Amino acid sequence: MSRISHGAATLRGDTHRGVLGARDTVDAALDRAREVNSGPDGLNIFVSLDEKHLRGHVDATGDFMAHAEPAPLLGVPVAIKDNIATLHHPTTCGSRILSDYVSPYEATVVRRLREAGAIPFGKTNMDEFAMGSSTENSAYGPTRNPVAPDRVPGGSSGGSAAAVAAGIVPVALGSETGGSVRQPAAFCGIVGVKPTYGRVSRFGLVAFASSLDQVGVFGATVDDAARALGVIAGRDPLDSTSVDLPVPSYHRAGERSVRGLVVGRPKEYFPASLDPRIRKRCDAALAKLREEGAEIRDVSLPHTELAIPVYYIVAPAEASSNLARFDGVRYGLRVEGDGLRGMYEATRSQGFGPEVTRRIMIGTYVLSAGYYDAYYRKAQQVRTLITRDFADVFASGVDVLFTPTTPTPAFPIGAISDPYEMYLSDIFTATANLAGVPAMSQPIGRVDGLPVGGQFIAPHFGEEAMFTFAFALERALGAEAVS
Amino acid sequence: MAVTIHDVRHVAALARLGLTDERAASLVQEMNTILGHMDALSAVDTDGIEGVAGVGAGGLPVRADSGPPLPLARSLDAFAPMLRDGLILVPRLSTHDTAEEE
Repeated sequence: MSRISHGAATLRGDTHRGVLGARDTVDAALDRAREVNSGPDGLNIFVSLDEKHLRGHVDATGDFMAHAEPAPLLGVPVAIKDNIATLHHPTTCGSRILSDYVSPYEATVVRRLREAGAIPFGKTNMDEFAMGSSTENSAYGPTRNPVAPDRVPGGSSGGSAAAVAAGIVPVALGSETGGSVRQPAAFCGIVGVKPTYGRVSRFGLVAFASSLDQVGVFGATVDDAARALGVIAGRDPLDSTSVDLPVPSYHRAGERSVRGLVVGRPKEYFPASLDPRIRKRCDAALAKLREEGAEIRDVSLPHTELAIPVYYIVAPAEASSNLARFDGVRYGLRVEGDGLRGMYEATRSQGFGPEVTRRIMIGTYVLSAGYYDAYYRKAQQVRTLITRDFADVFASGVDVLFTPTTPTPAFPIGAISDPYEMYLSDIFTATANLAGVPAMSQPIGRVDGLPVGGQFIAPHFGEEAMFTFAFALERALGAEAVS
Repeated sequence: MAVTIHDVRHVAALARLGLTDERAASLVQEMNTILGHMDALSAVDTDGIEGVAGVGAGGLPVRADSGPPLPLARSLDAFAPMLRDGLILVPRLSTHDTAEEE
């Protein structure tokens, strides 16, 4: 059995010409999923994968065949993170508290995928309620990294990243709050994009931290990710935070050159403690961009080191409010206790895992009387300073920033037990979420066989320029990106 | 601002989380360790800096209270625990007396 070796563009064209049937594509994806997902050493990528409903989606692609122009993602199977609402699979968020929950409505991003001819392909494993950096915090067991199965795939969208890296699908949806697409993309050696806050509808994305959450995309290649983002981006009346701006043709961004454009190299992302092997890969990527005609400029984002303290106050605070709805009354798990309060407490303590409980506790604490000013208000003020850092550097003439995506390659399953040490996995990614700017990770080589990710960060709604650089770097690195 | 077992019990009550004694004790240590790292923020001069509630200058936008209807794929009675006269009924607590049916 073989991996799906075609990208989204080839699948689309071949499906439209009748060279390849959507059923054949789905059968190949199912074969590959069964191959890697089963057994005690399986990768444990999917929480649910319903073949009957997959057949329905395959049949629906037939409606597109009469169109003169192929639909943008015709016949492309797309895996969906399990915190994005779908109609025919449960949406568990990797949690016991939502183990049987089937949404009565569909996320806008899933509807847009279907309307673009794509085939929603199963729900992928994740850290519970997207809280984690390793996909070890799932009620359904950890997911393994397809490149090195003894290692984590990153998180929280580890299942989606693994589905692409294992060659099951060329495209997957994830969600970002502090790096949950870019970090697993880096660990699994694929492309991961976090769009600008407001670029993509959050309707149907189960809320974790509403001022940070954004749906993101994974692709086997830059082109795959660009095509998927082009489909899901745009204003949605059902999400008041989505912005009404034209959506560029991201997949054509590679037609432009980076010659004369400026890449900022922020010194705070290259500390003395950075793994020298990762530094070497980043320097090699920057050298390639220089050869392509870009100017590399040293810059500073002075409040970067404060991103993790800010993020781990703001995100838990918002989570403690958003997750209050899971109380056993309306849906999800219900555990009887002594009276109404006892039922609430029994349901939530048995329904949530340790990391979610920890973050709800931290979030409730920093919002409580006496601590609000010292923690939450202070964090919001420092968030302003972090946002200004980005505004200042982009106003100085820098087109994009380039950094390592993560301070280390994928670590072994079970290797990190200290929560704060795990939080530091997000040290290079959380800043973009706090500032709301777009960012993406792409493979820039390997160290000891493990993938390393390089990250581009662009100004608000600067995804097109970001993709121009990503295409250029992908072309320039060639096979070096995966060796 | 060290977190005490009293704080943990108080916060757990606010958050409607039931904690065993063992878990409450471990959370004292975990919260103190995590919040200890957050103390780095106290050294930052933020006089005159506005806090952001979102990423836009004016915080999160609010839509008119007359947006499009929620596009439900199934009718309410297909997923509500119970429906009566168009109202959703949630399950009664087992510890409550059975109410007389109207």
